[in-house]
Formats: sequence, C-alpha cells, structure tokens
Amino acid sequence: MRQIAIYGKGGIGKSTTTQNTVAGLVSLGKKVMIVGCDPKADSTRLMLHAKAQNTVMDLIRERGTVEDLELSDVLKVGYGGVKCVESGGPEPGVGCAGRGVITAINFLESEGAYTPDLDYVFYDVLGDVVCGGFAMPIREGKAQEIYIVCSGEMMAMYAANNISKGILKYATSGKVRLGGLICNSRNTDCEADLIDALAKRLGTQMIHFVPRDNEVQRAELRRMTVIEYSPAHKQAQEYRELARKIAENKMFVVPKPLQMEELEGLLMEFGIIQDDDPNVGVAKAASA
Amino acid sequence: MSEATVKKVDGITRESTQAMIDRTLQVYPEKAKAKRAPHLAPNDPQATSPCVKSNRKTVPGVMSARGCAYAGAKGVVWGPIRDMVHVSHGPVGCGYYSWGTRRNLMSGINGVSNFAMQMTSDFQEKDIVYGGDKKLAVLLKEVKDLFPLAKAISVLSECPVGLIGDDINAVAKRMSQELELPVIPCNCEGFRGVSQSLGHHISNDTIRDYVIETREFVEEAGPYDVALIGDYNIGGDVWSVKPLLEECGFNVKATWTGDGEIEKIAATHKVKLAIIHCYRSMNYMARVMEEKYGIPWIELNFFGPTKIRQSLRKLAERFDDRIKENVEKVIAKYDPIMQSVLDEYRPRLEGKKVMLYVGGLRPRHTVGAYEDLGMVVVGSGYEFAHGDDYERTSPEMPDATVLYDDASEYELEKFVQELKPDLVGSGIKEKYLFQKMGLPFRQMHSWDYSGPYHAYQGFPVFARDIDMAVNSPTWKLVKAPF
Repeated sequence: MRQIAIYGKGGIGKSTTTQNTVAGLVSLGKKVMIVGCDPKADSTRLMLHAKAQNTVMDLIRERGTVEDLELSDVLKVGYGGVKCVESGGPEPGVGCAGRGVITAINFLESEGAYTPDLDYVFYDVLGDVVCGGFAMPIREGKAQEIYIVCSGEMMAMYAANNISKGILKYATSGKVRLGGLICNSRNTDCEADLIDALAKRLGTQMIHFVPRDNEVQRAELRRMTVIEYSPAHKQAQEYRELARKIAENKMFVVPKPLQMEELEGLLMEFGIIQDDDPNVGVAKAASA
Repeated sequence: MSEATVKKVDGITRESTQAMIDRTLQVYPEKAKAKRAPHLAPNDPQATSPCVKSNRKTVPGVMSARGCAYAGAKGVVWGPIRDMVHVSHGPVGCGYYSWGTRRNLMSGINGVSNFAMQMTSDFQEKDIVYGGDKKLAVLLKEVKDLFPLAKAISVLSECPVGLIGDDINAVAKRMSQELELPVIPCNCEGFRGVSQSLGHHISNDTIRDYVIETREFVEEAGPYDVALIGDYNIGGDVWSVKPLLEECGFNVKATWTGDGEIEKIAATHKVKLAIIHCYRSMNYMARVMEEKYGIPWIELNFFGPTKIRQSLRKLAERFDDRIKENVEKVIAKYDPIMQSVLDEYRPRLEGKKVMLYVGGLRPRHTVGAYEDLGMVVVGSGYEFAHGDDYERTSPEMPDATVLYDDASEYELEKFVQELKPDLVGSGIKEKYLFQKMGLPFRQMHSWDYSGPYHAYQGFPVFARDIDMAVNSPTWKLVKAPF
C-alpha cells in the first residue's frame, strides 16, 4: 500500500487534482482510499457525487465520543470503488481543525480502515502545513510520498517551498519523501519551465504539467471527475497520464528548500521580475 | 539592619555553605549547573539585592515542585472564595485534582452559601476540534439553575482553551448579562509563565478588571475598616487572625480570599488599610488599590508571639490612640498565654534545626515562630518567588544559611543530608522522601491536617505540632528495610 499526501497552497486545486488522479488510478485497476483532511470536507465530492454528509468529526460531535463511532458510518464507497472519508472539523475561527485531522486519522487506524487490499491511500490536506495536526498525514507510519500541487504564481511557489521545509523536518526523522511537483497550470508566463526549474532546485521533479482546461470546471459542476464525465476528452488523458507517472514514479527525495532570495532569483532568471525593478530591493530591505 | 542583629548558626559559614552548594551542583551537566548555580547561595542578611536568582524557567530534567498558572489561579486566588462557583474550563483532570486539596477552609453550607465543589466543562475531543464556547454558555446556565444562591461564577481556563483560542471573555460578557450574574473569565492557561506565580498575577489582574469597585459595603464606612489580603484560611488561619484584629478594634471588611465573599471583595476599594500576608500572590492588587483608591497597604507577619507583637504594634502606628491602647491590652492579655506555650515546648525544641521549602510567604514568615520555640532555620527557599521575596527573606534568615530557589528534589535531599536538620517543613511531594530518610516532617503548605498556625490561636497548635513531629519516638523505632 502506498500512502500519498497532497499538499499545496489554498485554492490551487488539490482536491480536484487528487480526485481526477485517483480516477486515473482506478482506470489502471487500482484500489484507492481518499482521506480528506480539510474541515471543508470537499475532498471526496467528485467521487461521491455529493458532499460527504457524515464526516468523522461531525459524527463524533453528534454522538459524544470517538468510541461511539463505527467505520461504516463514515467510510463511503464512490466512483470506481474508491473508499472515501472526510475528517471534517469546525467552521473557520473556532476550535482546532488540526486536532480534528489527528482524531480522524487515529480513528481510521484503530478501526482498521487501512485494509491490505488497498493499493493507494491519498490524503488531501488543507492549504499549507499550518500546525502539527496538518502534518499528521506525513508522520511516521503514514504517508511516505508527497506531491505538491503548485502553479507558476509566486505565492504558489512560495507555498511549495514552505511545504518542502515541513517535509524536510519529517524526512530527517522518518521515511517521508517528496515525489514531485504537480503543476496545475494558471497560464502564467514560462510556467512549465519555471516549475521545472523550481523542482530541480528542490531536488525533485515536475512530475506532470496539467494544462488549464474548462472541461475540469464543467465536470466539477456535475460533481464528477473529468475521467468520469468525459472520458474521451484530452484533459481526461492528462489525468490518466499523471496517474500513470505517479504509479511508476521512482524518484523520492528529501527536498532542499530554497532561501527567499534564491526563490526571487529564480523568478528574475525567468524574467518574471526584473532585477532593475526598484521595488524588489525595497521589499527585501523592508523584510530584512 | 545593624551588625548586632545578624543571626549566626554554629558551624555555618559562607564558605561551608558555598562548598555544600558546589558539591551539590557537581552531578549536573555543565549547562544545567550553570543554570542552577545562581539559584543557590549562602544568605547575606545585609544584602541590598536578592541573594539568589528567581522566577526563571525550571531547568528541564530536574524534579521541580512547581505548579502552573492555572494552579495559581484556581488553587490559590479563586478557589477559596466561598460564595461563588469556580468553573475549571477544559479537560476534567485539572479541576478534579485541584478540588479540596488545599485546605482553604470555608464556612457555610455546601451548595447554599459555599460552593466547594468541582465544576468543570470536561472537554472531549469534539470540544477541542469545534471549540468549547457553546458548551461553556450551556454550563453557565446550568450553574445558575443548580445553584441560584451563588453570587458569581469564575471561568478558569485550562491549557487547551488557550491553545485553540476559545474566546471565554466574550462568552462571560454575554452570559453575565443574560444570567444577571457576574461571570468572571480568567485566562490562566497552565502553560503561561514559569510557575504558579503568573496565575496569581493574572488572577489579580482579573479582580482588577472584573471585580473591584463593582459593589459597595452596606454599612457606613468607619475609621477602622481594614481588609485582610493574601490569607487563604489554610487550616483556619483567617479565623484566627480576623478575631484578633477585631479584638484590637478593627473592622475586617473583607478577607482575600480565604473564606472570602465576592461582594465584599468587590467593595474593598472602600477600606482604610490593606493588611497583606502573602505578598507574592496579592501584592499586585494591593498596589492597584493603593494607586487607584489611595489605600495604603502593610505587610504583616502573624506567626509566633514575637512577630505577632511586632506586627500589631506596626499596625497600631497607623491608627489613633484607641487602637494603640487596644493593641497593648491585647498583647498584655496574650503574652502570658504564649509564655506558657513556650514554657511547655521550648525546652524540648531548643537548638533543633529546621529546613523549609515552601511557597508564598512561609519560607520567611514562619522563621520567627521557630525561633520563638528556640529552633534555628538553617535553610529556606521558595518554589515560585521573585527577587522581592528574597530581599524580604534575607534579613529574617541567619547569616550564611543556604537559600534555594525552585529547588529540585535532588538538591533538597543533598542539603538535608549535609545539614542534618531535625525537621523538614515542605509539601506533599517532599514529605515521603524525607520521612523515608527517617526525618520528622511537617507539611507547611497545608499545615498537614492541622491548623490554624496564624496568630495567638494558631501558635499553640503550631508549637504542639512541631513538638509532636520532632520529638515523636516513631523515628527511633523506624528501621529502613534496605
């Protein structure tokens, strides 16, 4: 069983990419479970054709304690036999969503959700690694492979670098490794080359460049992956390709995160920011 | 202080004490040694600055006896206020293990006029993940329904509340209005600060922000209105000091917080003088009342006849002849009684050595009481004191005796082995260590199961207990099985 965690900047398309990739793995005949680690609970929507009604934390809240919960209450089977679980959690601004992730994953482990017939478990994790709870999926004995979804936008790259720092922390004490960057295109300048270069600097690879295509949105509106909604569409082929590359991936590294200056240097190299741009120096001086 | 009044102990010199400290520190790794060294020193009664460093983070790995900010808030400041319900907000353990463990005695009937009970929000996983604010609001309503006679509710935050950022202050504000009852939020999460000391400070600030000046005394103000601050009625101490002050002609309008009543505490801004016992835990509010309402404060010591006499006269100086005469009459009345106590116990205790390790005020305030009994305090220290406590301690202690701040069990054990005291006075965590060493021991946080020790009623009890401990034949009969 390969356990894979997907991280990336908020709004970059982690859930969409994860579910479409999982659909691709299904077409390769793989058995997969998705664990949504985001209080929004939208990591399995395209698999279940509906937003998950019973998240682990919501049911714990309703029934009192984690002991009152059965696996069958929260584990739903969706498209292609994919098992789907959502950790759930509070609305923004209250409580501790990170603890919710820890509670949910502990529950899944103790209840035997990780059955030997599974080929893959995917953790779709909220935004950046903000606290210990959101690092839960990459702790010892859980996900050993991480893919970071990013784009050619500065902040997405910044987040990818930050996540690499988080991976580095856990890589030194465990077996977690970075499997690559997935570029979810935003049609920015020189995007593929830039992410490829960033990946190389981090010591990893850009495992796939997913072009921007509105077919993804059309499928999403129907609560489906592209592979299910329009299997013949060229975008469906892109996700199958990404799935194949992940299935065959052998490149797992301990990332080498960049300094902020190096990251800016990279952007200058690709002409995204000019080195004679007076604002660059100003920003640097202000942050120093 | 003049040279003449510096107390000496035979065989204890600055050099001998420093050598003992050095030997003790030897086993520590370099880093720990460097950190611990400034916290241990021979006393200099004439020092102009504290002899030891204090109020620093405990060195990791040593067995410290310290508590946390929650302990300082719940156990020390809030818990003794009898006519309000104290809510331990968080998982159950903090509330349960701080329930009834401090011997801050209360008058009244439980559930009617006192609420010495364990009330907790009993956090579960779901409360951490979804926040406990809603549960708190429900709990506050239940408290009001169950105990309509409670005069107020305190909400004492445990660690998780601060970690997840619950806004208990907003809940308290809203529920105060809804329940028409003061709901007082105290952000005393245990992880804040280095010891229980910050919990005292936070609680004082909470009294300043939510309690003081919110009520007025029913009776007319009088010239002899005082408040007793920083006496927690351990073993009934307040019930010994209060009648004594009344006998001297004072009106004790409020006691903070031993057997305390919240509405009287809230009206304390109208007293003429604040009499403070435990400086460490209550100096903050004493200063606030001084600055804001012009109420002077005076630190008094009511342990042992010598200190009681000094304290009463010091107090009388602030008042008119009527009080001065009363005080002399009171002293004259009790002196012979105290003398009979001394006549009975002093011959059996003369020259016996004591080591103390306590909190708050006792490492300095009880020194005189032991000396009244002919005993010598050869070492003293605090769990959570600050520099100003050690400044106040040095003149009380004999020259060159060892002072230890935030001492570890190992350090105490080592000092006891070297100094061979006849009695150790400390807390429950130390008790069995020293009793297993075959040493008489008294708990000086809780007065064991005894008390009061304060004032004229307390001293005979104190003397009896010390005699009972030191001269018990038990220790001669005990043979360690190893």
